[in-house]
Amino acid sequence: MGKLFRKIFLVDLFQGLWVTFRNQNPKYIYTEQYPAERPKVAERYRGAPRLNINPENGETLCIGCNLCALACPEGLIVVTTERNEKTRRKELTTFTYDTSRCMFCGLCEDACPVDALELTQDFELASYTREGAIWDRQMLEEGPKPTRYRC
Amino acid sequence: MPESTFLDSTELVLNMGPQHPSTHGVLRVILKLDGEKVNGTECVIGYLHRGVEKIGENRTYQQFAPYVDRMDYVAAVSNGLGYCLAVEKLLNIEAPPRAQVTRVILTELNRIASHLLWLGTHALDIGAITPVFYCFREREEILKIYENYCGARLTTHAFRIGGLQYELYDGFEEQTKAFCDMFLPKVDEYEELLTNNRIWVGRLKGVGILTGEECKEYGVTGPVLRAAGVKWDLRKAQPYSGYEQYDFEIPTGENGDTYDRYMVRMQEMRQSVRIIRQAVDKIPSGPIMGKVPKVIKPPVGEVYVSIEAPKGELGYFVVSDNSTQPYRLRVRPPSFINLQALDRMVRGGLVADVVAIVGTLDIVLGEVDR
Repeated sequence: MGKLFRKIFLVDLFQGLWVTFRNQNPKYIYTEQYPAERPKVAERYRGAPRLNINPENGETLCIGCNLCALACPEGLIVVTTERNEKTRRKELTTFTYDTSRCMFCGLCEDACPVDALELTQDFELASYTREGAIWDRQMLEEGPKPTRYRC
Repeated sequence: MPESTFLDSTELVLNMGPQHPSTHGVLRVILKLDGEKVNGTECVIGYLHRGVEKIGENRTYQQFAPYVDRMDYVAAVSNGLGYCLAVEKLLNIEAPPRAQVTRVILTELNRIASHLLWLGTHALDIGAITPVFYCFREREEILKIYENYCGARLTTHAFRIGGLQYELYDGFEEQTKAFCDMFLPKVDEYEELLTNNRIWVGRLKGVGILTGEECKEYGVTGPVLRAAGVKWDLRKAQPYSGYEQYDFEIPTGENGDTYDRYMVRMQEMRQSVRIIRQAVDKIPSGPIMGKVPKVIKPPVGEVYVSIEAPKGELGYFVVSDNSTQPYRLRVRPPSFINLQALDRMVRGGLVADVVAIVGTLDIVLGEVDR
């Protein structure tokens, strides 16, 4: 009798559909509408490198100590400095960072004594050329500028 | 290829992989077939060889830590723990208690993430499409915890030699507890989908039997060994990182077939939740980094440390010659050694069983080839 009831009123079918519709709740939708909506990454996210500048006078915070280059497992950071004859201090001339070989381990960030080099929340690093992946000092200070799409 | 592969004309040699979706990477299996029956197999590995052990000899101890994440990329945190413990033992230091508890939480979360990925892809191989979406949905929550904690989702580089680099973020306890509460009913949901499913049982029961004795002969560890009824778990047998403080059980199977391995892994996920709950409640305060010199120069000596990674015993053998770089570094990857048993398990089965057995071994080719 129970079996017949289940067959006539399609109980099993509705039970199965209930599982389907239970998961249709907008709360459980996990798809991200990238690139129209960019995901919000964590505060500690290790993404594109940035060489911080002093916001007041626009001078770089980097003291050219070369510790990041020594800490990097891949040896992809090249820092060159020049000694200023007047102040007797080392001044940064070029800073090259090869993002194509970077594995974003964060060791350079940890090594930096003045918080000049930092891995930021930018994650769009694609480039049309291989040379484009090698970032110079200007690129590192400005950060990547990915295209913004409006949908 | 050795000549013994081509036997008489009734035998058919079939190449499975390296570009085959169910070999979970670039594994090539040469199958010797008699009709639908498998008479023997031969694994060809090395397509993903990157020379990680050699890289280790050319990097300082701290610099090598990110590379170990890239071996078993599904369980990167466990790899990092094994390496850090090995170098810490070489230096004769120990991580502070706060770091140890945090390490336990993160590695157990990683065990769940690894098993979830295994369950999803294994079910996909067998033909069940739904579990993979459910599993990835829950895995995402774990990856979010990792992203908040250390800034990376997959190759985390979460641990450093001597402790941790990052302090726990605000809301770590709440997020982890919320995950535990959310996750246990989800495991029941997966079981509802699979455990009594007729196709699932039919494809897995009695397939790829490996007895406890055979497991020991091959050196197979992890869930594969426990499914054969051997109660062996390094977290209990030689506790590391304070595992002796936690109350948990070692789930074991009886028959050592593919279905038992599935059941063991499902139980392991529940036990991991149990460990995480205990650990989150008692995170001590204090420093997160031990006294480690800036330049690590361990004394001359060699050390072998093994941990219970999600896939089995993961060991690191490090030889130091009192320089900043290891003299020799050898990894004992669980997947590589478990893969040896493939031939024994597949022999006499059908071609379709090969897919089920490769899936149940839970291999990651990044770790097999290193």
